[in-house]
Amino acid sequence: MTRPAEALPTQEMLINMGPQHPSTHGVLRVLLRTDGEVVVNARPDVGYLHRGLEKIGERVTYAQFMPFTDRLDYLAAMNCNCAWAWAVEKLAGIEVPERAEYIRVIVCELNRISSHLIAFGSFTADMGAFTPFLYSIRERERVNDLFEAICGNRLTYNYARIGGVSADLPQGFIEKTKEFLDYFEPKISEYNELISYNKIFVHRLANVAVVSPEDAVGYGLTGPNLRGSGVKFDLRRDEPYSVYPKLEFDVCVGTGERGTLGDCFDRYMVRINEMRQSVRILRQAIAQIPEGPVATKVPRVFKPAAAEAYVRTECPRGETGFYVVSDGTQNPYRLKIRAGSFVTMNIFEKVTKGLMIADIVAVIGSFDIILPEIDR
Amino acid sequence: MESLARSLVSAAPAIAGVPFWAVTLLVMVATAAVLLVFALTFGGLGSYVLRKVAGDIQVRIGPNRVGPYGLLQFLADGAKLILKEDIIPAKADRFLFVLAPYLVFIGSFAAFVVVPFGVGLIASDLNIGVYYVMAVTSLVVVGILMAGWASNNKWALLGGMRAAAQIISYEIPVGMAIMPAVLIAGSLSLQDIVRSQGGLQGIFGWNLFHNPFTFFSFFLYFTAAQAETNQTPFDLPEAESELVSGYNVEYSGIRYAFFFLAEFGDMFIVAALATACFLGGWHVPFFRADALPPLWGNLLSLGVFLIKAFGLVLVMMWVRWTLPRLRVDQLMRMSWKYLVPLTFVNLLGVSLWLLIFKGKGIPQLIASVF
Repeated sequence: MTRPAEALPTQEMLINMGPQHPSTHGVLRVLLRTDGEVVVNARPDVGYLHRGLEKIGERVTYAQFMPFTDRLDYLAAMNCNCAWAWAVEKLAGIEVPERAEYIRVIVCELNRISSHLIAFGSFTADMGAFTPFLYSIRERERVNDLFEAICGNRLTYNYARIGGVSADLPQGFIEKTKEFLDYFEPKISEYNELISYNKIFVHRLANVAVVSPEDAVGYGLTGPNLRGSGVKFDLRRDEPYSVYPKLEFDVCVGTGERGTLGDCFDRYMVRINEMRQSVRILRQAIAQIPEGPVATKVPRVFKPAAAEAYVRTECPRGETGFYVVSDGTQNPYRLKIRAGSFVTMNIFEKVTKGLMIADIVAVIGSFDIILPEIDR
Repeated sequence: MESLARSLVSAAPAIAGVPFWAVTLLVMVATAAVLLVFALTFGGLGSYVLRKVAGDIQVRIGPNRVGPYGLLQFLADGAKLILKEDIIPAKADRFLFVLAPYLVFIGSFAAFVVVPFGVGLIASDLNIGVYYVMAVTSLVVVGILMAGWASNNKWALLGGMRAAAQIISYEIPVGMAIMPAVLIAGSLSLQDIVRSQGGLQGIFGWNLFHNPFTFFSFFLYFTAAQAETNQTPFDLPEAESELVSGYNVEYSGIRYAFFFLAEFGDMFIVAALATACFLGGWHVPFFRADALPPLWGNLLSLGVFLIKAFGLVLVMMWVRWTLPRLRVDQLMRMSWKYLVPLTFVNLLGVSLWLLIFKGKGIPQLIASVF
């Protein structure tokens, strides 16, 4: 017996994913309109962590804003610290000693490793395999120990200064870093054996949420998310800053090795491979680092001349840019922060159409978003 | 049960004055109590072992604070769960909400009745044992769906729907994968199935080594049963990272504990059934436990059965902490496109084997050559 369609009406269900949800990586709220398990539409609703960082930047001095950049992306605080320092130095035309630049690159790459470790670990945990997360935490712990030796902090480092860094590397740091790199490099292959090429894991990620190279550029994706779509663009190589031109490394891009180019698996693999490249950069940097001062003298009452500057740097979650306008006073006149995760949210609605609910989690994990960067 | 009551009456004439039905009832209640204590202890210690195994796999320590080596952690957890506030959401369907955990728990606990723990250690050797297990464990799906619906929470509802689809889909491969053991024994009674595997000395009497098809069906059964009882990597109904915690998201306190215990009960039932049907049940390798005096024979066979079953439980825990989770469509595809056809082909293969070789397994055939 067939029934007329209107006798058994079906209805789309509106589900609220977040702001409190284990896999939204923070207080992201996604409004899911689903037909059973199939997502008809997923609209991200951001802003639950808005702290007004840009406005704060206009009310504090240039040096005082440094601790706030820790909170921009707390998993890659070193990168944000250095990005702010580079922006202000460009604005005021300050020369930075070479040793300081090397130290910045070292801490940035160490932080990139620890940030990618969290991305890898939490992504696998989202996919239901909890064990790799703890393995990644184990390795991150050693990076945290290194940072603790440098600046006393383990999460919000506040290490860079305008004109250099706050302190020279402690004694034995170079050796400890070498030790860590020797310990860590084989672990990446271990992760691949443990989970990366696991059949279930590959099936969950391959061909899911494919971002074409045109879309990736068109929607302004940056960092690993852009490279996952096969676009070979890395600010460290294409718009080199600091001492990156002196260092050799490959730009990792997605290859569609297990599915379509630009799917979740490609974005995941880009991060895994980037950890290897970071190790490579670190080995060169600690071999090349010169002796010398670690900071130039910057006047205590620091008033850059009226000017404006935009500096963009390659952070673990994409391009972090600071646009600073100075009017000759102690505080910036205007500060605009461009963060990778926020821009990534643009494409979220487009790529999640027609996926399953479980795939939404995979998409969030593969974009490796972080909420303080989205909401600022 | 009645025979036990009769032997009790004949052993102790003092209770002969009591009506026979009362004695039978008493024996039933006592048996149920023993099984319940076993199930609860298994749930408690199982959770401890699960967490220790998880700790070991995940380079951590695991519970180590309450009691020596954290052994009493499950008592602390149990006390906490009992003392916790019992929250029922305001818009929940109160009656169904309260009823659901008990249905789930009964579904898994009732299956303990036919588990052949030893030579004579079985609460009730039903002649439809395997069928009975399949039937009562299906009750779980009603409870889970009820919990999901009554919570009035969309995540819980999704979890409930997933569970219903999953458990019903995987019941077919589970039933079909266990049929070879039934065919070989020619009986649905689990005790008969175990006895049928004692033919040859050592482990070669086990159904696992009977013929290539039974070897395969053990793994089919184990996989499908993991899915039927919502174990990782098929734990979609309670997928923590997707559905928050699935059908039990609104439950707290002792009601949550019932879901939890049911999960551990299911784990044990799967392991026990796999042991009984494929791994020789309580048969001691290279030794005849049923030839010993009843007391020692029962104790020895109980020990051996539990070792085998717990071994399988450990494998489940190991899998649980290693593999990621399937997606719901992949899960369904796996059942209907792979497991169901495979188990049917497998059953056909076993049937043909039994027909051609007149019920003899490979070890028997080899033995008959010499």
